[in-house]
Amino acid sequence: MLCHRIIPCLDCDLAFPEGRVVKGIEFKRIKYAGIPWQLAERYYKEGADEIVFLDITASHERRETMTHVIEKTSENVFVPLTVGGGIHSVQDARKVFNAGADKISVNTAAIKNPTIVGKLAKYFGSQACVVAIDAKRRYIAESQETDNKIVIETLEGLCWFECSIYGGRKFTGLDAIRWAIEVEERGAGEILLTSMDKDGTKKGYDIPLTKAINERVSIPVIASGGCGTLEHMSEVFQKTQTSAALAASIFHYRTHSVKEIKEFLAMKEITVRLG
Amino acid sequence: MGIDKETGETTMRVAVVDYKMGNIKSVFNALKYLGARPVIAKSPSDVKGDKIVIPGVGAFGKGMHNLKPFLPKITETLTSNIPLLGICLGLEMFFEDSEESPGIKGLGLMEGKIIRIRTKLKLPHIGWNSLQIKKRTCPLFQNIDNGYVYFIHSYHAMPEEGLITATTNYGCQINASVWKNNVFGTQFHPEKSGALGLQILKNFLEL
Repeated sequence: MLCHRIIPCLDCDLAFPEGRVVKGIEFKRIKYAGIPWQLAERYYKEGADEIVFLDITASHERRETMTHVIEKTSENVFVPLTVGGGIHSVQDARKVFNAGADKISVNTAAIKNPTIVGKLAKYFGSQACVVAIDAKRRYIAESQETDNKIVIETLEGLCWFECSIYGGRKFTGLDAIRWAIEVEERGAGEILLTSMDKDGTKKGYDIPLTKAINERVSIPVIASGGCGTLEHMSEVFQKTQTSAALAASIFHYRTHSVKEIKEFLAMKEITVRLG
Repeated sequence: MGIDKETGETTMRVAVVDYKMGNIKSVFNALKYLGARPVIAKSPSDVKGDKIVIPGVGAFGKGMHNLKPFLPKITETLTSNIPLLGICLGLEMFFEDSEESPGIKGLGLMEGKIIRIRTKLKLPHIGWNSLQIKKRTCPLFQNIDNGYVYFIHSYHAMPEEGLITATTNYGCQINASVWKNNVFGTQFHPEKSGALGLQILKNFLEL
């Protein structure tokens, strides 16, 4: 049986020679957490199923630094590595693949030019092409016209979800659920779904969002944003069909190790890879 | 593995066939980590050594097209009994043909075809799934317990029963590895399967 994946995420600030892992809160305030390849190796040894690197600076000048980070990591870490942030073309993608990445993730580039998804899938295969979606709740009144948006019921009220680009700095008006369906059709192999409302809050994953997208696509979905406790991890697997859960600060600040989380999930009879 | 007395370097040369399909760097890194001397074979003349690995991720048709120039050298190594390991797409190309690219012939080293996974579950089959070893005599599975390995694919091999050395379950049986004489294939990625995967690669190096 397929295991539920636990994926530590390294948000990398590449303004430093070896890169720095940082952690934002609701896409804003930033805290230093460590050197990317060192953290990656620690998580690999603890039993991480995959590691995601996001270039939060996403600038072309610093592309070389990310290449260096991935090269160094892939020498000693033997689980899949996904790289995102600032990838806008097949050439950009090829550079990170050559450095040792197994998958690339695109967000802004895909929304600005949706055909890039198909191109990346064609060149590198769907399985290597992850589309990241940063979604924000937009609450509406019951009677409100929503211009063909998919409306979901949450504890806090009815809402639709809006896609954001440029690391949460710009909103697009695009319906995140519809966009998820579209990227699957365009050839994406996975969706990395981040809740902007939950990210950095440690209040748990956005269950209605994760559930809504999982019910509408047949490709794997990685839930992201809001993990602060062991129970948040078990909740997202029990209440949604999500294939993987991504987290950052819970690992960076040693609240729990990957191993502890997996042992807890196994106890709750959630299939995970142990040992 | 042999160590060169003068240079202190390992003498195990492993040619990793670079036919521009997916990430070969991770296979290279894993072999290096295990103490072998991997060489990225960019041209057919580089396809020589103690072991040959054909990695690869991607579509069958494009893979066969790109692999074409290497075919005479690969056939040559097979006749001289050099162990050959195909990973994922590498394994798929060992067979006769694939539903993924109708009309395109595979290497035909093993009888059978590649079919799309018939499951009700999500495809691609991505992630860690349990390895059920069917044939303990397979040298790749010496000192290996059933455990989890990393898969990322939508197609798999349907060979005759005797060639299957391990399987996994994903709403249906998936054939996870095959073996015939000096040709080995893994549908999963040992280079991305943590300590268990490294042990499988180590076993291949020690053949």
